[in-house]
Amino acid sequence: MIELNHYLVLSAILFSIGVIGVLIRRNAIIIFMSIELMLNAINITFIAFSSFMGDIHGQIFVFMVLTVAAAEAAIGLAIVIALFRNKETINIDEINILKWLILSNNKFKKCRISFIL
Amino acid sequence: MVWTLQSVLFIVFSVVAIFAAIMMVTRRNPVTSAMFLIVNFLMVAGIYLLLQAQFLAIIQILVYMGAIMVLFLFVILLLNLQDERKLTEKITYTKISGILLSILLVFLLSYTVYYGFYGKYSGMSENSESIGTAQELGRSLILNYSFPFEVAGFLLLAAIVGAVVLAKKKFE
Repeated sequence: MIELNHYLVLSAILFSIGVIGVLIRRNAIIIFMSIELMLNAINITFIAFSSFMGDIHGQIFVFMVLTVAAAEAAIGLAIVIALFRNKETINIDEINILKWLILSNNKFKKCRISFIL
Repeated sequence: MVWTLQSVLFIVFSVVAIFAAIMMVTRRNPVTSAMFLIVNFLMVAGIYLLLQAQFLAIIQILVYMGAIMVLFLFVILLLNLQDERKLTEKITYTKISGILLSILLVFLLSYTVYYGFYGKYSGMSENSESIGTAQELGRSLILNYSFPFEVAGFLLLAAIVGAVVLAKKKFE
C-alpha cells in the first residue's frame, strides 16, 4: 500500500533534481525548466496532503500555483527573448549587466540603457 | 508489501518521472531536455490520478504539456542557438559543491518527510474521490475563493501585457 510518505519522498527527490538543475546548468531556458520541475514537485506534495486529509484547500493551492507557473513561463521567456536580442547569448554567466554596476564598461553600456528603458 | 495495482503504477510512474528529470537536467541539447520534461509532466499527471485529483491531472496535461512546453519549444526554436558548444558546461567547484549540497538536501528532506509522516494517515480519506472532481473544485473556487480566483485572472492579464511589452522590439 502506498502511503503519504512515499508521495512526499517522491516530491522531495524531484525538488532536489530541480535544485541541481538550477545550480549546475548555465542555459537560461534549462534553468526555467528546472524551476517548472520544482513547482511540479511542490504540487505533488499539496495534492498528496489534500487527498490524504480529505481537504480541498490543497487542490485550490495547486490551481493557483498552475496559474502563477503559466504567467511566470510567459514573462520569463519574454525576458529571455529580450536578453538574447540584446546580448546574443542566454548563458547566464555572461548576463551580468546588473552585477556590481561597472559603469566603465563601454561595451555593454548601450544594451544596458536599452534594457533599462 | 502488497503488490496492488496502485503500488505498481506508483512505482512505475515515480521511477520514470525521476529518470526523466535526471535526463532533463543532464542533457546538453535544450530540445531533448524539453522532451524529457514533457515525459516527466505526463508521469506527474499519472501520480495526480493515483491521488484521485482528476481535474488537476487533466489541467496538468492541458496547461503544462500543452501550453507551457509548446511555449518553451517555440522559444528554443526561435532563439536558434548557433554556438551550442560554447554553452557546454565546465565542471567547477561551484557545481560540485552544488551537487553535493543537493544530495544532502534530498537525504535531509526524504528522512524528514518519511519518518515525520510515518503511519500518520492510514490510506486516503474517504471523501478524496469527491473533492478532486471539477464540480467540487469549481464550487469551492466560486463560493469560498472567488477573490483569489479573480486575482489569478488579473495575474494572467498582467502576464499577457508584460510578455507583449517585454518582447517588443523598441521600447517607446
